[in-house]
Amino acid sequence: MESFEPVLLANIQRPDSHTLAVYEATGGYQTLRRALRELSPAQVVDEVRRSGLRGRGGAGFPTGLKWSFLPADHPGPIYLCVNADESEPGTFCNRVLMELDPHQVLEGTILSAYATRATTAYIYLRYEYPLAYRRLQAAIDEAYAAGYLGRNILGSGFSLDVYIHRGAGAYICGEETGLIESIEGKRAWPRSKPPFPAVEGLFRKPTVVNNVETLACVKHIIERGADWFRSIGVPPSPDDPRDPGSFGPKLFCISGHVNKPGCYEAPLGISCRELIEKFGGGVWKGRRAKAVVPGGLSTGVLSVDELDVPMDFVGPVQKGCLGLGTGGVIVMDETYPMIEFLHNSCRFFAHESCGQCTPCREGTSWALQIVRRIKAGRGRLVDLDLLLEIADNIGIIPGTTICGLADGAAWPIKTAIRKFREELEDYIKRTNPTGYKTRRPVPALDNGSPSHKESPVSFQG
Amino acid sequence: MPVVIVDGKEIEVRAGERLNAIEVAARAGVQIPHYCWHPGLSVVASCRMCLIEMGTRDPQTGNVVMLPKLVPACNTLVRDGMVIVTNTEKVARARAMVEEDLLLRHPIDCPICDKAGECRLQDYHFQYGQGERRADIRPITSRKRDIGDLFLFVDRCIMCSRCVRFTREISGTSELMIVNRGTHEEIDVLPDVPLHNKLSGNVVDLCPVGALADKDFLYRQRVWYLRRKASVCGLCATGCSIWIEENQDRVHRIKPRENMFVNKWWICNDGRYGYPFIHHPSRIRGVVRRTTSGQAAIGWTDALREIEEKVRTAARPAMCLSPFLTNEEAYLAARWMRNMHPDSVIALGPVPREGEDERFPGGFVISAEKCPNRLGVEAIAYGLGNGVLGWSDFLEEVAAGRIDRVIVLAGYIKPWLDESQAETVRKANWVALADLFPSPLSGKVDLLLGMATYAEHEGSYVNRSHRLQWLQRAVRPPLGSRCVGMVFWELSGRTGVYQPRMVLAELAAELPYFSAAAGEIPDVGVDLRVNQLAPSTAETQASTA
Repeated sequence: MESFEPVLLANIQRPDSHTLAVYEATGGYQTLRRALRELSPAQVVDEVRRSGLRGRGGAGFPTGLKWSFLPADHPGPIYLCVNADESEPGTFCNRVLMELDPHQVLEGTILSAYATRATTAYIYLRYEYPLAYRRLQAAIDEAYAAGYLGRNILGSGFSLDVYIHRGAGAYICGEETGLIESIEGKRAWPRSKPPFPAVEGLFRKPTVVNNVETLACVKHIIERGADWFRSIGVPPSPDDPRDPGSFGPKLFCISGHVNKPGCYEAPLGISCRELIEKFGGGVWKGRRAKAVVPGGLSTGVLSVDELDVPMDFVGPVQKGCLGLGTGGVIVMDETYPMIEFLHNSCRFFAHESCGQCTPCREGTSWALQIVRRIKAGRGRLVDLDLLLEIADNIGIIPGTTICGLADGAAWPIKTAIRKFREELEDYIKRTNPTGYKTRRPVPALDNGSPSHKESPVSFQG
Repeated sequence: MPVVIVDGKEIEVRAGERLNAIEVAARAGVQIPHYCWHPGLSVVASCRMCLIEMGTRDPQTGNVVMLPKLVPACNTLVRDGMVIVTNTEKVARARAMVEEDLLLRHPIDCPICDKAGECRLQDYHFQYGQGERRADIRPITSRKRDIGDLFLFVDRCIMCSRCVRFTREISGTSELMIVNRGTHEEIDVLPDVPLHNKLSGNVVDLCPVGALADKDFLYRQRVWYLRRKASVCGLCATGCSIWIEENQDRVHRIKPRENMFVNKWWICNDGRYGYPFIHHPSRIRGVVRRTTSGQAAIGWTDALREIEEKVRTAARPAMCLSPFLTNEEAYLAARWMRNMHPDSVIALGPVPREGEDERFPGGFVISAEKCPNRLGVEAIAYGLGNGVLGWSDFLEEVAAGRIDRVIVLAGYIKPWLDESQAETVRKANWVALADLFPSPLSGKVDLLLGMATYAEHEGSYVNRSHRLQWLQRAVRPPLGSRCVGMVFWELSGRTGVYQPRMVLAELAAELPYFSAAAGEIPDVGVDLRVNQLAPSTAETQASTA
């Protein structure tokens, strides 16, 4: 950790870091120039595969392996989709990259397109990032003017066009097939797999979908080599043959009850406590942490005595969480009621469920209905077991739905009840001592639509 | 041959056959419940009711490896060695949970819902649901919205999206869509773009619950009072296979009957909602004879006697066969005419046409020819001998005075001849007309016979693709009216009850065109071109030489 040198965020402190002039002054696009001259696409794929890079979007799938699923002899076109629909609560690292160093993202995108033989790349950007849109578009214009994009890039014979596609704002647009459907102009309903996008994706052609941060990493892997990348992070566990290791730098977004919320770069494997203490400046107001979401809301929650967990692709799993996720660390201090966490997470996923699969559409809102009743002081102890059962039925890998949203919805419920059951039971007993289901009308079922009158619970306490 | 194991039972699948797990399980006699899947629509696998356990059997060792997760049967194409398990606790739990989920918000208004009795949600709940409702009881409402040709009961919808896919894939009109997200999702139409197309009624059949309601049928009958008869639509030359559903001799609903050779799973609105003419008060009933003082009702015995006598004593009688007759009716009538009078003329009635054929993206065709049996009637008329006249030639012959007595077997649903044509026909010195509704001719004829519609008699039609299909009688004709087949059965001196099956067998033996209909007629009908397409012995020898 002491010797770690940030690479992804190395330039963001510079004035006008988003411009081509500044980027080129720091050696920008030199890697692309060299790769196009010296490396074949297969060599780029091989280097990325050797590096052990795993997708930073949440699922952690090995990037080189994903690229190798593309049919070798496909006449084209092959598409590259850049997943910039960053919608997981507590996650904003892609935003930092796109707003402050868009050329780094573009260079990674061009290199990845070269490796995958893609001739068109779509950056799927969530609409709520207007600054990122303006800066990315400006960067694309600059790159075209400088010959880094367009036909016959740098005289290599390789051509690439990059377009920004702005999404209208939905969590499900970040799911890779939902994203593809959305680019095609349809409702972002995830597709049933197989076929996987590498075989039949955008416009029914082979497609690779990669996260912004993943592509930014590609630039550095080609620049510094796979061995450098593998020197950072955590090697595969000898006890788990399915663990390919967690290598490279990772952006962590720290938010919630900390003194210095923000986006920080650290090696994979850093402990959650170190992240909070060293980067986040510790829990605010001199309080202790009660719970921490390790990697975006869908990963579940860690209790305070689990904070020494290594933040790699395996660590949070060993503590009963979904995984590292996006690296969005949300800290809740000791005064924060867990019923609020449960309510917020249920409300979010009920609102964001696309509605395609019955268990997710109905299950998430049912869970919200129960949690809302508990919060309103009409809960019963058996409700917690019912919530666990609902969570089990809608998700908990392997889930029963087309995409992973239901899994994501289930994990916060499952971990919060398992790890904070005593507090939740205490809340129920305190607010509804008789334990009866009262005849008072149940609060209107609402999953956060604009007409929702209830004020959202704030992390500001 | 690929083998699939369904709940321990080995099922053979033909090589190259693309079947999903639901279809294969059905062959094994196992029902996999489903809402969103329909064989005629694309697969979305969204209702998750058909979740099953799936695995693979190693052909060498015989070991079975099961997937850890449940998979949707509708989206699982079977392959050799696939193992499907539908009766485990895990599967039962998933089904029960989906049922419970669907009933969270669904109003339990079965006592008023039109779908009660044929609602899949109701049926599956008893078969697969939970015994207890664990969700909070909420006030039940049922919002009804007029979306064009149909009503949408918004709260009853389970978002299977069958109706949306139908308008996109089959009718190609895309009026329906899904708005909002999550539990706020609803089926809807754009303002001023209502659901209005000629196939729209099919979405009511597709809807597995009572969300989409037929304006025509709403609150008319309880479905358990209805009896259904397999029949054929008589309103155009496509000849869709249908179910006629009736109660107490009144047709209440027409539904499509699956026939992959003709209409797949669909029918058009013209056929679906075109049945009220059957019970129209202006139908011709019984027999009426023209007298010097007007018209008088007579009995069928007298009528038959008069018909026989007039034709026997005619110089040159003619019979006009309309394309609305069944094959059996046309055959019995034409055969009797030929036997009665060797110089008799067989003529063909006008063939009603409206515009051009309407073709839909899903392959469905509404024929421009608005009669069900032109091909069959023509084949019989030409097959039974000399002197077949077209409608205009027939009128010319009558006008020229070369035909003295005429029997017109009409059965048209819409106006089919004008005043001048009626005047021309009237120039024969004796005219008998069998028809459904009054026309310019009906007031002028000597004998007016009330006949039966396609719902009121048995028989067969040959559709535009030369497919012969069998009609079952669904309701009795109005009092006094008879089907034409019965009339000529009796005139032919045949005893007992009119038996169209026997007549068709006779027809198949006599006319080669109908030979394929000699045996049992399957539910999907029989292609009369089968024998004609088979190369003759001479052709086979010529090709091998």
